[in-house]
This record gives sequence, structure tokens and C-alpha cells, in this order.
Amino acid sequence: MTMIFGIPVQAFLGQLLIGLINGSFYALLSLGLAVIFGLLRVINFAHGAQYMLGAFVAFLLLQYFAVSYWLALILAPIIVGLLGAAIERTMLSRLYKLDPLYGLLFTFGLALTIEGTFRYLYGAAGQPYSVPAALAGGTNLGFMFLPNYRGWVVVISLVACIGTWLLIEKTKLGSYLRAATENPVLVQAFGVNVPMLLTLTYALGAALAAFAGVLAAPIYQVSPLMGTNLIIVVFAVVVVGGMGSIMGAIITGYMLGIAEGLTKVFYPEASNIVIFVIMAIVLLIRPAGLFGRDV
Amino acid sequence: MRMNLVTSLAFLLAGSTAALAQSASDGKVKIGVLNDQSGVYADFGGKSSVEAAKMAIEDFGGKVLDLPVELVDADHQNKADIASNIARQWYDTEQVDAIMELTTSSVALAVQALSKEKKKINIVTGAATTELTGKQCSPYGFHWAYDTHALAVGTGGALVKQGGDSWFFLTADYAFGYSLEEQTSAFVKSAGGTVSGAVRHPLATNDFSSFLLQAQSSGAKVIGLANAGLDTSNAIKQAAEFGITAGGQNLAALLFTLAEVHGLGVEAAQGLTLTEGYYWNLDDQSREFGKRFFERTGRMPNMVHAGTYSSVLQYLKAIEKAGTDETEAVAKALHEMPVDDFFARNGTVGANGRMIHDMYLLQVKKPGESDEPWDYFNVLSTIPGKEAYIDPAKSGCDLVK
Repeated sequence: MTMIFGIPVQAFLGQLLIGLINGSFYALLSLGLAVIFGLLRVINFAHGAQYMLGAFVAFLLLQYFAVSYWLALILAPIIVGLLGAAIERTMLSRLYKLDPLYGLLFTFGLALTIEGTFRYLYGAAGQPYSVPAALAGGTNLGFMFLPNYRGWVVVISLVACIGTWLLIEKTKLGSYLRAATENPVLVQAFGVNVPMLLTLTYALGAALAAFAGVLAAPIYQVSPLMGTNLIIVVFAVVVVGGMGSIMGAIITGYMLGIAEGLTKVFYPEASNIVIFVIMAIVLLIRPAGLFGRDV
Repeated sequence: MRMNLVTSLAFLLAGSTAALAQSASDGKVKIGVLNDQSGVYADFGGKSSVEAAKMAIEDFGGKVLDLPVELVDADHQNKADIASNIARQWYDTEQVDAIMELTTSSVALAVQALSKEKKKINIVTGAATTELTGKQCSPYGFHWAYDTHALAVGTGGALVKQGGDSWFFLTADYAFGYSLEEQTSAFVKSAGGTVSGAVRHPLATNDFSSFLLQAQSSGAKVIGLANAGLDTSNAIKQAAEFGITAGGQNLAALLFTLAEVHGLGVEAAQGLTLTEGYYWNLDDQSREFGKRFFERTGRMPNMVHAGTYSSVLQYLKAIEKAGTDETEAVAKALHEMPVDDFFARNGTVGANGRMIHDMYLLQVKKPGESDEPWDYFNVLSTIPGKEAYIDPAKSGCDLVK
């Protein structure tokens, strides 16, 4: 059997693919964070909670209204996005004039409150959510057994990532958004409703997190802790990619997913720190991140 | 800069409480429940254990030897250093007489060492490692509900008997996981089986697919999950997804309780074999407690909750028997008294602090087989205490002569 670095090539390919799947989640989540930070200059610590909310909304919709997975995939991000908009409008927008640290502390507090509430209501062991029937089962790829649902996650998250990037970099709305953050006063003078744009941006970020949450629900237990476990890693992804760089966040998400997957083969004990080791090295060599521009 | 100020303030606050002096017996009995209330083991023990301890105190009458009984509780976040700080503070400045529950083996070992040094009683129900009553035993330390040896004998034994003679382990990377893996391996080998390998994963891992793939390619008949709580639930769920169970490999959830089965759902958990020291639907005695507990918490108890009730009750009985809440006398009474309540039938306490009682080998019912909510298990067999637990004389504890 052919070997790569001492392990069979088939196992190696399998782990690469799994890294790619996990990378999809990192990419989707860090994308939302990067959008919010890049355009609002807010470090959104509530991102993990919004991801968790997405999964819970899907679970509750199924439980009480028998809403299918497919509909939840659209409804949950809208609901969480609206919630995000309400939070931005009533609370977060008051903090823009202050030091960015206030935004960070506010969203951190918000995350703890939301997670604490759900832990109180639903406990920590998590709630079950099944894979939709159309995607149940798996395909034997020869080198590994790929659950169909995981394949779907890779495809749909790539689509969502590229879609968001196009929206911000290539459309008129996106150019307004970018201009509004560059010079809000001037853009407002042109008759563009800047506060509305900022609210939309935050809602979009929250919706992206919720979208990832719904995607994650059939894979992981729907648990109040699911966001906390992930958010720190996602922050590391954003830092490695370069704060505010949208493409950077996407590419780094996939890259670090793969790096982590491979670590799980060669030295599993280190798999939960490898991303942070990479982050430390990148910060030493390129303080602005791999894709960031020096300010 | 502002961040620095905030963090240093927090450190100052955390540090200042430890400096006050110790006081002697004080006209009350104070029990502390210290466990994970927010992390992966929050349902395994958590706030419900606190409620169980409250019930025990109420059932005892709220007083012992005319001293009022008080209860405090705290969340140790599965970190041994945080737990030690809280325990130290409880013993030194808050007149806590005994600490109970102590989920997570690393935490239990740290707090038991501290309790030994401070001459205080601790009764562990939530942690699993046999080290607690082995090399690191304490004259004032007790281990109540279960341990890794009982799980290895119960679940491991059952699967070997069914023909699962080759094993691969997915092990949580800390004291508990090692202990469970080691004892199950020893048990499997002594029954003529083989262990083809193991992979260690960090505590609170979300994604097990990498590890599961390694387990799958090992070709072992049984994949032993030497982990607990949310980790085990996620591993089981994802094993189904990767077609591992469909491919003929069996999963052995070595530490899995009613709380996790409830979270995972019978659909995903059906057929799993597991070992617990208590099942609420066992008989009238256990049902009576289960129903009362359910009315207060909205959940049925697992062995950690029921065990915490039993340990608190026994501690109060021991104070009554000793006629004082002084540590040496109470510890002596705890060692001597038999344990007989809805949780432990004919239980005895060994010189190493191990409470030896019967364990139950259980299997998760199929969906549709349960008659009522929380009716999840078929009882396959009862494992006599003497088989389930290590003989105190062979435990490696130097208190056993």
C-alpha cells in the first residue's frame, strides 16, 4: 500500500476530506465575523451564540411547528438575522462612538446571557436533530465512507461563502456598505441611509452564523455549548486570515480545518491547540494576518 | 490597556478571598456540592445534583444533633485549579465541613488531596477514576456511585461475552479516560480479547469524524468510548453517520447515563449497553425517589444524582452516630456503617473509602418499547458489588492493612 508520512494514502485522503468539512464551518463562521468586523469595526463575541441560536431555532421549529430542515435552513437565518438587527438597532449602535472594546465587552456579555438562558431551559446534554431523509446514508468513495450530509455541507457552505463575497465586493449594495464604513459622513451626504446599512450588515453576519448553526444541527448535538466550543477557534481563523479580510477568512477557514484534521492523525492530543500555534506563528511573522493589509 | 486593568482587577478579586483565617466547629454543619454546572457534564451531575443534596437534607429533617445543616454549591468548570481554589476558600473561610459530588476525575483527585491535608471529608459521586480509592486514597475520602473498574467489568464484560473480542479505544485525554481505557483493556485481555489501538482526544471535542475514521480502519469489532457526557453523545451520533454501526462494528459507551440517553434520544441510542449504579424504574423504592426528584427538577435522576442524595444522607447519619461533626469520628462512622437506602442495597464501605454496592447492566430500549417518558432501559443483569469493584486489599491504597 502506498504510504504518505507513514500512514496509508487512503486514510490520508479521508482525513483531508474531513478537514475540508470542518473547514467549511470555520469558513462560514469566520466569514460572518470578518464581515461584521470589516464593516462595523465590532468584534462580535456573540457570534458563537448566534450560531447556537440558529441550531436551536431549527430544532424548535421542528419540535413545535413541524417545519422541515429545508425550510428551517431559510427561516432560522431570517429569524436570527432579525434578532441581530434588533440588537444592533437598540443596543450595539449606541456603542459605535466609543472605544471598540465596549462593543467587544457588550457582545461578550450578550453571548453569556443567551447561552446561560438556553442552558437553563434545555440543559447541557443537547437535543437531537436528525439528518433530513433526502441526505441520509452515505457514499463509499473507495478511500472512505462519506456521509451524504457532510458532502452537502461542503457544497452549500462554499456557495454561501462565494455568494457573500460577491455581494460585498461586486454589487452596488456592497460598494455602499464599504463606502459607508470608509467615510460615513460623506456617504450620508449622498442620501444613503448609513445607519440602516450598518444594521443590515450586522443582521447579515448574524444570519450567516445561524445558517452555519442549522447546517451543524444534524451533525452535532444541538446544545447551548456548541457555540462556545467553536467561537475561540473561529476568532483564531479570523486573526490568521487578517482581521476584516473577507476572502482571507474563507480561505483560512478551509486551510485551518485541514491542518487540524491532519493533526488528529499525527498527534491527536494537540488537535485542539494546533490552530492557536499557527495563529501565534502567523502573528509573529505577519502581524496583519495572511491576507490582511497593514493599517 | 483598559483590558489589562479589567483582568488585573479580576485577579485581585479572585485572590483576596483566600487570605482569611480558619475557624473551628461552629454550631452548624455545612456541606458543599462542587461540580460542573455549565460544561459538558452539566446534565451528568450539575444543578440537579445540588437539588438531590437539598432533598437529602430536607428528608433528614434539616438538622443533625440539633445543628442546622446548610448547603453551598459552586461550578468548578472542570478545571482542577479553580476547584482547588473554591474548596480551599470553603474550608478556610466558610466553615464547610464536607465537599460532595466532584464530577471530573482530575478535579476530584485535586480536591481529595486538599481535603486530606485539611482533615475534611469528601465524598465523590460524579468522578470515575479508581485512583481515588487506590494510590491516592485518603482516610477522609469516599467514593460512592461508580468507578472505572465497575464500568469496565459491566459494559466491557458484557460485550466480550457477546463476542466482541477486538477493541479500539477513543479516549478522553485526561486522568479519567486513561483509567477507564486501562482497566477496560486489562479486562478485555484477561477474557482473551485483543486491543488493537487507541486514540486520545481533547475534552469537549465537537467533531469526532477523524478519530472515528481511525477506529473504523482499525477493523476492531468494538470501539470503546472511554469518554463521557457530551463527548460520548457526539461520538455516537457521528459514528452512526459514518456508517460505523451499520458496518458491523459495535460501540461501547463505557460511561453513559440516563441523562445522556435522554439528550441523544432513543432513536440514536437504541441498543447501547451501559452500566449504572442506579436506575429509577428498577423497583418501587427507586421509583419513589425518581418521581419526587422529577417533580423538583423536571428530569429523572441518573446514578450521580441518586448517589449524591445517598452520600449526603449517609454523611448526616454518620454525624448522628458519631455524636459530633468532628472529621475523624465521622470518617470512622462512615467506614463502619452499612449503606442501605433506595440507591445502595447492602452497601459497605471499604478501608480505602470505596462504597461497594451492586451495579446494573442496562440496555437502551428501542423507540416504541418505552411505556412512559424516561423509561429508557431494560435491565440485563445485576453485577454484585464484589465483582464490580476492586477488592480494597488489592486496590493499592496504603490505608488497607
